[in-house]
Amino acid sequence: MKSEWQLTKWMRRHSTLAILVVPLVLIALGVSLFGGALLERIAIVLFINLALVVGLQVFMGNSGVMSFAHVGFMGIAAYASILFSMTPRMKAIALPNLYPVLAQVQLPFLPALLVGAAIATLVAAVVGFPLMRLSGAAPIATFALLAIIHRVLINWDEVTNGARTVFGIERFTTLWVSAAWGIFFVVLAYWFRETSLGLKLRASREDEHAAASIGINIVIVRWVALILSAFVTGVAGALWAHFITAFSPLSFYLTRTFLIVTMLIIGGTGSVSGAVVGTVGITVIFEGLRGIENAINLADLPFRGSGLTEVFLSAAMIVILILRPAGITGGQELRWPRKQVQPEVTPDPADHGA
Amino acid sequence: MDTLNQILQFLINALSLGGLYALMALGLALVYGILRLVNFAYGELVLVGGYSLLVFGEGPLPWVIVAALSVLMALVTSLLLERVAFRPVRDASPTTMLITSFAVSALLQNAATLFISPRPKAVRTPSFFIENIRVGGLLISKGNIASLVISLATLGILTLFLRRTILGSALRAAADDFVMTRLLGVRANQVIATAFAISGLLAGVVSLFWIGRIGSVVPFIGLTPVLIAFVATVIGGMESLTGAVVGGYLLGFVNVGLQLMLPQELLDYRDAFTFAIVILVLLFRPQGLIRGTYSAERV
Repeated sequence: MKSEWQLTKWMRRHSTLAILVVPLVLIALGVSLFGGALLERIAIVLFINLALVVGLQVFMGNSGVMSFAHVGFMGIAAYASILFSMTPRMKAIALPNLYPVLAQVQLPFLPALLVGAAIATLVAAVVGFPLMRLSGAAPIATFALLAIIHRVLINWDEVTNGARTVFGIERFTTLWVSAAWGIFFVVLAYWFRETSLGLKLRASREDEHAAASIGINIVIVRWVALILSAFVTGVAGALWAHFITAFSPLSFYLTRTFLIVTMLIIGGTGSVSGAVVGTVGITVIFEGLRGIENAINLADLPFRGSGLTEVFLSAAMIVILILRPAGITGGQELRWPRKQVQPEVTPDPADHGA
Repeated sequence: MDTLNQILQFLINALSLGGLYALMALGLALVYGILRLVNFAYGELVLVGGYSLLVFGEGPLPWVIVAALSVLMALVTSLLLERVAFRPVRDASPTTMLITSFAVSALLQNAATLFISPRPKAVRTPSFFIENIRVGGLLISKGNIASLVISLATLGILTLFLRRTILGSALRAAADDFVMTRLLGVRANQVIATAFAISGLLAGVVSLFWIGRIGSVVPFIGLTPVLIAFVATVIGGMESLTGAVVGGYLLGFVNVGLQLMLPQELLDYRDAFTFAIVILVLLFRPQGLIRGTYSAERV
């Protein structure tokens, strides 16, 4: 009896997981059973976005430190993974200047994806470590990091073929591959939040000085979170590369950064629920508006629709920031209603003990 | 004589580019000093200036009036943004404000894409931007001289305003310690609006020369100026107005210098080097070269 009671108690405590995971599984199931090609494409985009946003949330949401660099890590993983997954013949065409050592290597999809994510994680770990000391200046420093990664990707002809588009990547990312990773990362992010390290990190978010005074090594906890979040972002980047199958360094700069950050901010930075809600909401709106935009562009109208999606999204973001600075979820996890609700003390999650 | 000429040429180029950079940096630093807002939408004021040049330039108006109207448009837009977007989030965290400015920037950029054109549009610029004059052995572009003179004049007038008027003093005081300044009875809204107005004015002046150099406008025209302003303020000192100006001129010298000295392969990475300097400065001297008076955080 007692163990059963504990199980229900556990399930109640972690009802968030069910609330987040079940709908996502249903989306994947529904689309795979009834959806056509278009819906499947949107669903894959959704799950890859989910991985990206959850990856950012692991670091930004828990530490309260803003990061613009994550899309850069995504780009590194995308390029690193295709270097290992493409056939030598394709590489000779798409990446003509590649170093001979790399030109002959070929791995199956999963190892290539993991190697790509590992390389991005390594870069994040090495470059990111000194940045973990910064709090208020972190947005600018990570922005500079994004700009540096972008410059390197554009100019490293041997590996990226410069600013030109690489193509001929095999499409390994199916609906279920992306769904499995996306949902796994949601669970991972939720678990991380509740670990002792996650709690320490969240303590440092609320008050840096108080957290330091009880012996929390802020630099280290932030760094570990950065490593985990860079890995999640890296996997997402590799998945994206093997879904879109042709891309250039321009894919990993401000436009995507803005989109990912918007999803997280509108949903609510402070919680995994926020990341999920923001991603699902914005992806659906984004794809809908894109559809309208394309229809306008294709129809014989006196005006063009390009930019419509972004205009709408940025306006929505400004309104949300003004009305609900902590996002739709307000930084809380979605829970099954309980009798004794103990509200978590969560001030503006974007606020990080300044 | 040849070396001397080269040095003079370098000085003029660096001073004219540095002057523009200094104006950009100052516009960003004025707002940052008071609100702790890194105004990412600052670059979009250059965009507004640029598109105003385009729109007003199509009419029969002489260029000087078109230019004045464009500067005015940038100023008004800056004030408008403050009222509509930044005032409501003024009390939120610096990160929230930063993201708001990010959103404003995306909004204006994409509005330009949507309502005007995603492609570059040629802007009518007066011929002196491309004419050169010969002084001794020197070949100097008139545009460079104009931007050198105008930037120095703008900085001079602004210094007088900040040092000699009450509003200017209030502005400097607010940049040092906003809470204290408010306690002494200075009206917050007035000071902040003034800062945004000056910031818009500077962006407008910058846009004249920036567009003059390029000859056309595109929706992402504001990106480079705002990045340059970021870099210059970080290097010079986010908290100090003098620091921003120093940072701007320094960046002008560094950029013109690197352009001369770096070999072609490395020149592609010039911006990467510049941003690496930003990170290094943030790590080892977070206050920049020139410290503000009250920059230390109190616990």
